[in-house]
Amino acid sequence: MKCCCLSLGGRWLLMLLLATHTTGFVYAQSPADASFSGAVGALCNAAFDEKNKIVEQIVQSGHPSAQATLTALLEDRLYCRNQDQKVFLIKPAAEDSPTLSLIDPLTLTDAGSVSSDDVTRIITNNHLRRVLQTILARFELTSSKASVRLQAVKNIERDLNESNIQLLRERSDVETSSKVKKEIAVGLGLASLDSSDARERLKAISMLEGSMRQDVLNRLQALVEKSPEGTFVENDEHVRKAAEKAIQSIESRRSFYSGIQTVLFGLSLGSVLVLIAIGLGITFGVMGVINMAHGELMMLGAYSTYVVQLLMPSYIGSSVLVAVPVAFMVSGVMGILIERTIIRFLYGRPLETLLATFGVSLVLQQLVRTIFTALNREVKTPDWMSGTLQLNEALAITYNRLYILIFTLIVFTALLLVLKKTRTGLEIRAVAQNRAMAKSMGIRSEWVDAITFGLGSGIAGIAGVALSQVTNVNANLGQSYIIDAFLVVVFGGVGSLWGAMVAGLVMGVVDQLLQPYAGAVLAKIFVLIALILFIQVRPRGLFPATGRAAESQ
Amino acid sequence: MKDRSTRIGMLALGVALVFSARAHAQGDTIKVGVLHSLSGTMAISETTLKDTVLMMIDEQNKKGGLLGKKLEAVVVDPASNWPLFAEKAQELLEKDKVAVVFGCWTSVSRKSVLPVFEKDDGLLFYPVQYEGEESSKNVIYTGAAPNQQAIPAVDYLMKEVGVKRWVLEGTDYVYPRTTNKILEAYLRAKGVQSEDISINYTPFGYSDWQARVAAIKKFGSAGKKTAVVSTINGDANVPFYKELANEKISAEDIPVVAFSVGEEELSGLDTKPLVGHLAAWNYFESINTPANKAFIQRWHAFIKNQKRTTNDPMEAHYIGFNLWVKAVQKAGSTDVEKVIAALPGLETPNLTGGVAKVLPNHHITKPVYIGEVRADGQFDVVWKTSTTVPGQAWSAYLPSDKDIVADWVSLKCGNYNKATSKCSGQNYK
Repeated sequence: MKCCCLSLGGRWLLMLLLATHTTGFVYAQSPADASFSGAVGALCNAAFDEKNKIVEQIVQSGHPSAQATLTALLEDRLYCRNQDQKVFLIKPAAEDSPTLSLIDPLTLTDAGSVSSDDVTRIITNNHLRRVLQTILARFELTSSKASVRLQAVKNIERDLNESNIQLLRERSDVETSSKVKKEIAVGLGLASLDSSDARERLKAISMLEGSMRQDVLNRLQALVEKSPEGTFVENDEHVRKAAEKAIQSIESRRSFYSGIQTVLFGLSLGSVLVLIAIGLGITFGVMGVINMAHGELMMLGAYSTYVVQLLMPSYIGSSVLVAVPVAFMVSGVMGILIERTIIRFLYGRPLETLLATFGVSLVLQQLVRTIFTALNREVKTPDWMSGTLQLNEALAITYNRLYILIFTLIVFTALLLVLKKTRTGLEIRAVAQNRAMAKSMGIRSEWVDAITFGLGSGIAGIAGVALSQVTNVNANLGQSYIIDAFLVVVFGGVGSLWGAMVAGLVMGVVDQLLQPYAGAVLAKIFVLIALILFIQVRPRGLFPATGRAAESQ
Repeated sequence: MKDRSTRIGMLALGVALVFSARAHAQGDTIKVGVLHSLSGTMAISETTLKDTVLMMIDEQNKKGGLLGKKLEAVVVDPASNWPLFAEKAQELLEKDKVAVVFGCWTSVSRKSVLPVFEKDDGLLFYPVQYEGEESSKNVIYTGAAPNQQAIPAVDYLMKEVGVKRWVLEGTDYVYPRTTNKILEAYLRAKGVQSEDISINYTPFGYSDWQARVAAIKKFGSAGKKTAVVSTINGDANVPFYKELANEKISAEDIPVVAFSVGEEELSGLDTKPLVGHLAAWNYFESINTPANKAFIQRWHAFIKNQKRTTNDPMEAHYIGFNLWVKAVQKAGSTDVEKVIAALPGLETPNLTGGVAKVLPNHHITKPVYIGEVRADGQFDVVWKTSTTVPGQAWSAYLPSDKDIVADWVSLKCGNYNKATSKCSGQNYK
């Protein structure tokens, strides 16, 4: 941060006086108006470092329109009219239309409309946006919303100069929200570390000890470091000791939470694996069909989500929920179709089944490519699924992963209930255990085969809905997950849903534990090797199926 | 009866004549090979390039063709399968006898076809930014060499943004590994300590980014300004950027500069949370020049979709095609030897108001632009070079490359060692 040490407050008056002198020739406007519109007008052809200076000028003009104008600049709504190089604001939510309705920056009144070809947007860069955010935060500190105030305090903390500290102190006295108050206290604590009074610094350290933030930690670590000459940056021994103690306490708490975070990451990765594997657990595990097109059934589920979103563009929030039954139906019906037309002629011939379903997978892929093109399709993430759940300063999990974890548990429970508590489930289990006996009991085993395959395929479709939120939706989506799905089923024990559950989660957690040390590629290889070794010891997986039918296989 | 059979005979003769005339016309065209994946993982990027070449051929034919002949496209699909690239290239050169080939995207596909082009003496225009360390007599590299993309981007971050700590994040294959090798050497030469550089690779199509992004966040919170230099390729970018947005890594805190993410890749993404992240290219769709506006209009008309974006490799094909046309006109023939001899020194306007010139090392001059992602998925140019930059096949920052030069005009060698005065031919490493 090389610039933007705007010392406002007291200097404003001086600037105002200066402005009065230099722009005295503009009669119709007030002095503030003149310096304001002069500065705004210069934005048209300015380079980025000039824009930084202009922004300072706009703030110093103290003009009532300054906040609106700077907000517009930050939000890409400030345009320059090509014919006369005049700057205008654009009404929000009208950016895509061919005509733009202009607002005069000085008076904030309507100034007609213009074709989008006749104006040029005034662009910003990262640095300028950061400056704008810090400046606008000063205005937002008095917002009625606590969340806006919280963000404002965080933005101000990036630039703790004299006037900003003063502003935080003033706010601290009137602030009502405890969260914002706490944030302000941290900000002021960070500022007091620079205090010349050792007691002030000690007080600040004991206050900051309760925080777990990385920037607080960095700041404290800077206190105990030695300068290149071998002297301590902090010359008071008591303060150094206190800082060391605080660092230790913060670090131990942070490492505890980062451990929890790794496990959470592992569980969320594992839940994706579980979701893609339980559908396969039914078709491969229960029926013994090696269905290479299982991945493509997931892909169909993902594309169903895409189509549902196309059909209900204004209800993105609920579209994902609607997509779940739709994807289940689409993939389920497709699964039954595959079973009825191909697989049922190949029962007991695993090699032919493998080849035939591999063929089906290629057909489905090309079909999707023909209909939807080879390009990635954008599946939108609903607002309630984006963002992060910040549990505390050191522990966060993203919402989409959290929901997938919960969703997996729901699907798993529902599937268990269907298999254990319904008549169809009973018939499925009966046919899987002993086909001849089930038939002699009057169960139409052919029908049950179709339903079982449809159920497994439908769950693949549901998995596709979840995958559409974490990965790319294109024709190859299924291919990248099919191997993982087979691994989980083999590891967990063929025919065991609980096995798939435990295996998926274990694989996810182990992968995440290894990743920081071995990297993504090696971690996966290690998991694979461990799996192969495990299969040597327990060929039937974690939870082997028991019973006479299983023995005879 | 006789009348009727005569009539039938005449008809048959007529039909035969029409067919033979068509067959004759086909024999009298110049064949242009298009070697881009239309299926598989790379189809996402390469299909657009096939359409670009078809558009250029279409436009050239409307202008009356080339040397009085019509151009005819021969499109093959190597299906993102690297060995199949070599087979298809052989088919184009030996069976179809194409005059030129426009094709390849990944470096591994280019390396796969290279021996075929050199054996059959074909001509390949390669349109994608790549890692350098190569200069073949039979290839014209119209994409950026590292000094036309990676090095300027790192310079920008170092000087203009003040970055002190670097994460080099890439997909695990030859382009990111070589580029990161060059960048690491460059950063070390500029005085960056090794503990301030973190290099990491993930496989193609990687989608579980949460742990990596959390690690980047941690690496970036050590109090020094940190940036991520991304050579992540293909569709792994989409979940990567989604995760960045989810974990709220804003461009103001940790900017990510990408070398393989353009308008096309962002078209499948909600870019609002990504505003301010960077890309370094030699072309952006948002660059406002008359030539670019006209090109975008023609592209929309040709592809019949107003929403399709244009991107940097498309411009490279635009430049490459125009260079080839000029070279053929200059040589007065489509003979590969003559065209290759005619190419160095040729100039053609690019789409951003500059001039692309073919250099003796078979690379071209290109301007470098740094763009920041904006909310609509386009880029705002925040920095550019004042003039075009000549492409260097061999990096000045790798000790092993220091003495090597490529020059197909005077030295007739792509891998000439100045110290030993030896031409190693095609023995790249």
